[in-house]
Amino acid sequence: MDALVSQLETPRSQQELYNSEEEQEQLALSLSPSLKFALPPIAQSQAWLRAMTDDYSNPNCPIKIAHGTTTLAFRFQGGIIVCTDSRATAGNWIASQTVKKVIEINSSLLGTMAGGAADCQYWLAYLGMQCRLHELRSKRRITVAAASKILANLVYSYKGMGLSMGTMCAGVTPQEGPALYYIDSDGTRLAGNLFCVGSGQTFAYGVLDAEYRYDLTDEEALELGRRSILAAMHRDAYSGGFINLYHVKESGWVKHGFNDMNPIFWKTKLGKGEFSNVTADLN
Amino acid sequence: MAGMFAGPQEMMGYSFNTAPTSASEPRQHSFYPYTDNGGSTLGISGADFTIMAGDTRSTSGYSINSRHVPKLFLIGGEGPKNKGARIVLSVVGFAADGDALKEKLDKEVKMYKYQHGKPMTVSACAQRLSHILYNKRFFPYYVHAILGGIDEEGKGALYSYDPVGSYEREQCRAAGAASSLIMPFLDNQVNFKNHHIPGSGEGHDLKPVVATPLPKETVIELVRDAFTSAVERHIEVGDGLQMMILTKDGVEEQLLPLKKD
Repeated sequence: MDALVSQLETPRSQQELYNSEEEQEQLALSLSPSLKFALPPIAQSQAWLRAMTDDYSNPNCPIKIAHGTTTLAFRFQGGIIVCTDSRATAGNWIASQTVKKVIEINSSLLGTMAGGAADCQYWLAYLGMQCRLHELRSKRRITVAAASKILANLVYSYKGMGLSMGTMCAGVTPQEGPALYYIDSDGTRLAGNLFCVGSGQTFAYGVLDAEYRYDLTDEEALELGRRSILAAMHRDAYSGGFINLYHVKESGWVKHGFNDMNPIFWKTKLGKGEFSNVTADLN
Repeated sequence: MAGMFAGPQEMMGYSFNTAPTSASEPRQHSFYPYTDNGGSTLGISGADFTIMAGDTRSTSGYSINSRHVPKLFLIGGEGPKNKGARIVLSVVGFAADGDALKEKLDKEVKMYKYQHGKPMTVSACAQRLSHILYNKRFFPYYVHAILGGIDEEGKGALYSYDPVGSYEREQCRAAGAASSLIMPFLDNQVNFKNHHIPGSGEGHDLKPVVATPLPKETVIELVRDAFTSAVERHIEVGDGLQMMILTKDGVEEQLLPLKKD
């Protein structure tokens, strides 16, 4: 284990001293999330990548990358609620309705994904590795502040290369209590009580801001998270699928289901009389 | 006589006097290293098996360049025929990128076996493939990959990928040219989306049908129906259907004919 730690501790600049191709292969195999990326053999590689993959600036781009969408997290008296939708779109095509947008970094730290699905998946897995190494080196859990800063510094070092991610790190540690950070691919890192991220963020904020109080009970907070995502799924075409709900407490996070939005929507409408813009009568 | 060959702008005077056209401006050729070779693939996992399938047509624009270019590859077997392989990779998109990806994954799965003295699990292979794809985040492979195998519990495993490596384990997935034709069919017939139990209630009280793993014979039928239907409505799909059936006993390959027009 010490050997592995010392190998992974080696700074990036020194790692490049591996000269033989075989050693590099060996390294690539042992250190899965590696930081060596292939680049196209041209001068304007960023403009090229944009032309190939950015369907916002070029709807006819040949490579459609899956994008994630509405996510929210908020701090309250009982910890942190994290809630997301589950839709991934590639242009107008719904690539998946079953994406897990909450990434379990460890038993008390959660990350959410919005933006490029691969960027979020890869870098949050990388963050998980760094958090574990921090734990082995210092013999205690990493703080949310430190973990979020690893991620923020990392994405900042790739600024302008075309990464796309809007993520939140939520966790409860003895040093900080419940802590929530927002990190995006521009390099922004913010601590806060309440964030919504993604194309459906405005709709989620609308519900969340109206009903949010710090002294919400656990049950009320879970319901508010669910209801805010439901509003975003209803109004934002790029959000939908299943509601993924988590509660982060002192003892670690607890999952509160991955539920189809459709029955929840009809229960909310018919049971509580909300969503009166929709008619349940088909005649 | 000269008039016969002169273009419309050269009817009179000297050819150099004609106004410049867009063709005479300097043009910048963009770097475009990809070709879409068309075709479609699909994978469905069951309780103790996984079925992978792909058509064998290879196109470039409106031209059919070959009628037998397989899109399914055995990963990590022995010898040139990959004997004893238990993982199948399907790639659709740009065939050259797909080939490069297959070679790289195959090499790494084999290296893993030599170094660790045991075969790689499907879940490990799936994560490795994600990292291989992400390593080219800034110069992507133009591919949609699907990986199939049998997991450590003996259940059918299926993983699908986007071009830069985001991945998810699923019951079924169609990729490639006809994915928008096949995927809705699979949602309906494999996951029973929007199916309700008759008489279980009125209107909104109708109970949805819960999806259960399908038997192998049913899945093979579904795969054949999906492809024969896609051939009818998509020009880039046809010629042959390559199917690989993965069970605990290994991989069985089948080749079936599809329409060749």
